[in-house]
Amino acid sequence: MLVNLRRSVVLSVLFLAICGLAYPLAGTGLSQLLFHHQANGSLTPYGSTLIGQTWQGPEWFQGRPDGTVLTTGPGGVVVSGTNQPGPRSKSLEQAVARQAAALKKEGVVPTNDLVTTSGSLVDPDISPADAYAQVDAVAAARGLPIAAVRRLVSSHIHTKELGFLGEDYVDVLELNVALGHLH
Amino acid sequence: MGFFWTIVVLVILLGVSWRYLGSYMAAVYEGRVRYLWWVERPIYRVLGVDPEAEQSWQRYAGALVVFSGVAILVTYLLLRVQGLLPLDPQHLGAVSPALSWNTAVSFATNTNWQNYAGESTMSYLSQMVALAVQQFVSASVGIAVAVALVRGFARKSSPTVGNFWVDLVRGVLYILLPIAFSAGLVFVGQGAVQTLAGPVTTHNALTGAKQVIPRGPVGFMEAIKELGTNGGGFFNANGAHPFEDPTALTQFLSVFLVLAIPFSLTYTFGKMVGNRRQGVALAAAMVIIFGTWVGFTSYAESQPNPAVAAAHAVSQPQGNMVGKEVRFGPLSTSLYNVASTQTSTGSVSGANDSFTPMGGFGLLTGMMLGEVTPGGVGSGLYTILLFALVAVFLGGLMVGRTPEYLGKKIQAREVKLAALGVLVMPVTVLVLTAIAVSIHAGRAGPGNAGPHGFTEILYAFTSQANNNGSAFAGLNGNTAFYNVAGSIAMLLGRFAIIVPVLALAGVLAAKSVVPAGLGTFRTDTPLFTGLLVAVILIVGGLTFFPAVSLGPVVEALSHGRLF
Amino acid sequence: MAVPAGSPQLSPGHPTPRGVAQARGLFDREILAQAALGAFKKLDPRLQVKNPVMFVVLVGTVVTFVEAVGHPGVFSWSITIWLFLTVVFANFAEAMAEGRGKAQAETLRRMRAETEARRLRPDGSEELVAAAALAKGDLVVCEAGDLIPSDGEITEGVASVDESAITGESAPVIRESGGDRSAVTGGTKVLSDRILVRITAERGQTFMDRMIGLVEGADRQKTPNEIALTILLAALTIVFLPVVVVLQPFGRYAGASVSVVVLVALLVCLIPTTIGALLSAIGIAGMDRLVQRNVLAMSGRAVEAAGDVQTLLLDKTGTITFGNRMASAFVPVGGRMEEDLAEAAQLASLADETPEGRSIVVLAKQRFSIRERDPGGRREFIPFSATTRMSGLDVDGRRIRKGAADAVCRWVTEQGGVVPAGLGQIVEQISRAGSTPLVVADGAEILGAIELKDVVKQGIRERFEQLRAVGIRTVMITGDNPLTAATIAQEAGVDDYLAEATPEAKMDLIRAEQEGGRLVAMSGDGTNDAPALAQADVGVAMNTGTTAAKEAGNMVDLDSNPTKLIDIVEVGKQLLITRGSLTTFSIANDVAKYFAIIPALFVTTYPQLNTLNIMKLHSPQSAVLSAVIFNALVIIALIPLALRGVRFRPASAPSILRRNVWIYGVGGVVVPFIFIKLIDLFLTAVRWY
Repeated sequence: MLVNLRRSVVLSVLFLAICGLAYPLAGTGLSQLLFHHQANGSLTPYGSTLIGQTWQGPEWFQGRPDGTVLTTGPGGVVVSGTNQPGPRSKSLEQAVARQAAALKKEGVVPTNDLVTTSGSLVDPDISPADAYAQVDAVAAARGLPIAAVRRLVSSHIHTKELGFLGEDYVDVLELNVALGHLH
Repeated sequence: MGFFWTIVVLVILLGVSWRYLGSYMAAVYEGRVRYLWWVERPIYRVLGVDPEAEQSWQRYAGALVVFSGVAILVTYLLLRVQGLLPLDPQHLGAVSPALSWNTAVSFATNTNWQNYAGESTMSYLSQMVALAVQQFVSASVGIAVAVALVRGFARKSSPTVGNFWVDLVRGVLYILLPIAFSAGLVFVGQGAVQTLAGPVTTHNALTGAKQVIPRGPVGFMEAIKELGTNGGGFFNANGAHPFEDPTALTQFLSVFLVLAIPFSLTYTFGKMVGNRRQGVALAAAMVIIFGTWVGFTSYAESQPNPAVAAAHAVSQPQGNMVGKEVRFGPLSTSLYNVASTQTSTGSVSGANDSFTPMGGFGLLTGMMLGEVTPGGVGSGLYTILLFALVAVFLGGLMVGRTPEYLGKKIQAREVKLAALGVLVMPVTVLVLTAIAVSIHAGRAGPGNAGPHGFTEILYAFTSQANNNGSAFAGLNGNTAFYNVAGSIAMLLGRFAIIVPVLALAGVLAAKSVVPAGLGTFRTDTPLFTGLLVAVILIVGGLTFFPAVSLGPVVEALSHGRLF
Repeated sequence: MAVPAGSPQLSPGHPTPRGVAQARGLFDREILAQAALGAFKKLDPRLQVKNPVMFVVLVGTVVTFVEAVGHPGVFSWSITIWLFLTVVFANFAEAMAEGRGKAQAETLRRMRAETEARRLRPDGSEELVAAAALAKGDLVVCEAGDLIPSDGEITEGVASVDESAITGESAPVIRESGGDRSAVTGGTKVLSDRILVRITAERGQTFMDRMIGLVEGADRQKTPNEIALTILLAALTIVFLPVVVVLQPFGRYAGASVSVVVLVALLVCLIPTTIGALLSAIGIAGMDRLVQRNVLAMSGRAVEAAGDVQTLLLDKTGTITFGNRMASAFVPVGGRMEEDLAEAAQLASLADETPEGRSIVVLAKQRFSIRERDPGGRREFIPFSATTRMSGLDVDGRRIRKGAADAVCRWVTEQGGVVPAGLGQIVEQISRAGSTPLVVADGAEILGAIELKDVVKQGIRERFEQLRAVGIRTVMITGDNPLTAATIAQEAGVDDYLAEATPEAKMDLIRAEQEGGRLVAMSGDGTNDAPALAQADVGVAMNTGTTAAKEAGNMVDLDSNPTKLIDIVEVGKQLLITRGSLTTFSIANDVAKYFAIIPALFVTTYPQLNTLNIMKLHSPQSAVLSAVIFNALVIIALIPLALRGVRFRPASAPSILRRNVWIYGVGGVVVPFIFIKLIDLFLTAVRWY
């Protein structure tokens, strides 16, 4: 019993050093060396391409309505995944109806991605179909030719990884940055 | 079509790893690979362990329980003094006692139930040295138990079942560390963050919007989180968070990682008992149930969300997108979450709670089957072997012989231990759920009304007693009641099964072997696989049918009703 | 090896019931009546607690009774009555099984009349004492007409004994002091002569006492597999307790009030009552089936072990071949006529009353129509003796001999005769064929040889094939030389043989098999068989055998038929199969019961759950009651199966399993759906509600 206790404590310390320090620190070092951009959060002057943002107004492509429920923690950090409505909850129905109405008021056609919150609450993407559905509204708000905006969307579609994994998507930040530079 | 190929490629990859990882693991635990001997030897020397000396099951279990106790204690202390330690860029301070306790138990039991949001509770150091360490260690403990049981079957009249310290160390060094490290690089390469630099504040040059984005040493923790079927993510959103699973590729890699060891251990089993077909029979049972559940759940999720539909605002061409990420979509998310719930991982690629009623039913019942398809690392194999013993007992009687499995007679003692191991989980879940719905502190938990609220409580205890850790996150679990009740569920679900399993290992190892003949009930045939599947489904079904019918089943049948 | 009169019985399916094993119909009216009474007597909670499953039902009945008294209603009373009947039916099943044994024990008791014993005092004088007063070591005298008062060993004399009281075999047997025929059994009757018997049984421990105890099932102990199964059933019962109890708080959370009566009904339906009710009946009936085959197992453990046997050691003589060799051919030598040989051989055998001798006469008649005749003239029969190893006849100066080749050759040479060159080859050929050559000489002239063949019993080969199919290896034990043994082994189709077997070699063989993990069964009768009988996992002693053999083995075959081993193995297997199948059936039944009761339980709170009412049962109450009634009636319906045992056909394990999984597993899921629906229709039709 005592020998077990001693061994357990010693081994816990050893594992702490090997798995808790050596492993992540070596990983961090190598990552910073090989994948500096990714390891630090895929940052751009407009934000992280991986972290969704709220885009106000019809002149921007709208993403998931995550911002409506997103909360922050100590230091103002974004806390992910806090809202998980049940599939038969009245509050979900009401939230969807509210969001749809808000979008309509701004002249945006409500679509599935635009009225449902994501799992992470920082989903940076929408489906190509839901991006196309916004083309008319964005073009109108910005006074751009519809065809040009449509082309912009189609050039920003990320197809499935390796051709079969996951779904096609459009990164809203990338799209809006391109949109912002379109004249 | 994309999903079809996802499944095909997954099957191929798992097939390859089943064969090669499986035989590699057998070599590791039979002491046939020693390329890390230079690391091992000093460890044994410091511990004062003779790597050649084996232990009886009692000593093996004693070492395991003490070690796990120390692990819980160390983790608890580290969380309590978090504020005094470095690498806390957000100055989060100490974790509360109840939450520290629940979290320590949760990670040391390979559950990774999280009553907290990582980005607002845990310092980088805690994530690394308190939580990720347990993700390695608890996984290795699980595999060690499974290997001890396999030795029990493989050996003849042996008084020992192996050496716990050696099994524990070898599992970490030879299996978990190398694979996790390689996978960690892929995660980071795809976009998972891996930095100690603290949160970053971004300003959008276009809109002027400001965001404080939490970061941390995520990518490499992600690798062991999946590989060790732990499931405890760095961020609250877990695998849905783009910094944990940035792309569908890492999501797919995650699915592969959680399934790799549990499935491959069936090969290890077959190899160690000297008949690979025995491993095939178990793997086939796992594949049948797992495949059925993936099909069922992904179909359910490709259907519209009922509450969204009730708003009559949008059509839902992709299916239920509530709580799901666009880059993954409902199908891949279903695959991931089913893999995670049926491997006792508990990580999520989308909100379980927002799955359709039938989808949620798929996730919940996947755990209720006892986490054996393929189950957690090690725990999946040892638990399915308990079911196999029950199947063998019934089947053996039906052919008119004292039942035997791999030549070991299954008699009163074996039946007693197997029944204990199989029944601890359902009893724990049902009793704790009953207490929770009966007292105020328990009823205050669910965030949803009606049967969904009931499902949330039932799910919480099912998840914890199965050491899964996934949540129907509508439940507010960070209360004194849920922290304590949950820790009881996790401890029982872990050790009240492990100890009987090790006892079984000891009893079996001591037995002689009855040679197989024509009159022997063969356990390497499709017939046995079918019987095993039936036993798993019937035990799970009979114990949980009433409870489930009050939760997800009512919900699913409540067409057009909201709560 | 003694072979009982009458043809050895080979068909397992049709035992000839005799003696104690007066087979009664499954539903003998007398047994039925007694069992019905017994069913109520067994309601004693002290007895019920031994069966955890049925004890839970009894407690449940009390609970619903209290509820029914508190809130009387047709429903609660109906449930209470049917739960009570469930317990009664279970008791009835056990009482039925015991009743059959009791009836047999009664027959035995009647036969065991109170006997008086003539005990010898140390001074040689006799005294009359009650048989019950005899102690081990006492000497008693028995004369023609006396009942032997207790088990013992003949120390002096020889007598013919009627053992029909035990074996049912009316032909008297010879018992004599010394050797393997010296044991006598209490309750048997001396028909002739006078014997001195030393009592070997303690008071109340006689064979007859044990036999009565066994068939009554009085001191029946649970067998290993039964214990294991009981644990599994108890575990299932324990787990269903919380499953049902938690429905109360679960229901309250959902806003439903769940009636206690319905919860108890659900619990009783879920716990494995079917197998729980029939388990002990199956065990008792298994022993009973052995008794019907005239085998007494000293423990249930032995019966179970019989099902596990992987190696069967069988004595060649009497089991595989008929006890005696038979003449099958006349082989003349050196140009002699076959008929001359036959004629001489017949003459030499006329006075030979051994079976071999008779068979020579028969063969001569068949082949050449040589009739039995009086050789006439001055004749002298020369009997067989161990020194000459020949027998024959001297008639009118003709000296005819038959016997072992070397003995006859020497005899011929002594008279100046010459051994023909071809004889050696003939003898060799006959030996190689597994037969025994008898050389016949007429004076100094050798005529040829008679082939005495070991005749393998008809059908034995098929039996071995069946055994092989169920994974049992047969090993033939014989004292023959390896050449002969090999030939017979091949002809009989055994898997292996042990030639020139000594008791030590037998013992070594058993040990070797057991070290390989195999269970071994064997039969034997001699004192020198005793160690092997004790070592074997299933040792069947012949009732004709010695006391030592009977005490060493764990079964006694009253018919002393070595082929019985095969039957015993099958009874053992059948016992386990019946338990396993009914357990599977019992558990599989739960699926339908859930579909009947769960929707009924919560349908007022969640009407949408009526979708699960796939049987479309009339009302919640009729659904619950139908399930409970089915649960009770299925016990009664399965009693015949439990007593008779699930049909066992020799086949490989996978095919047996596949069959049983289909019938009892899949059938167990389907059957209750049909019958619960029918019961519901009936209840609705008679307007129970």
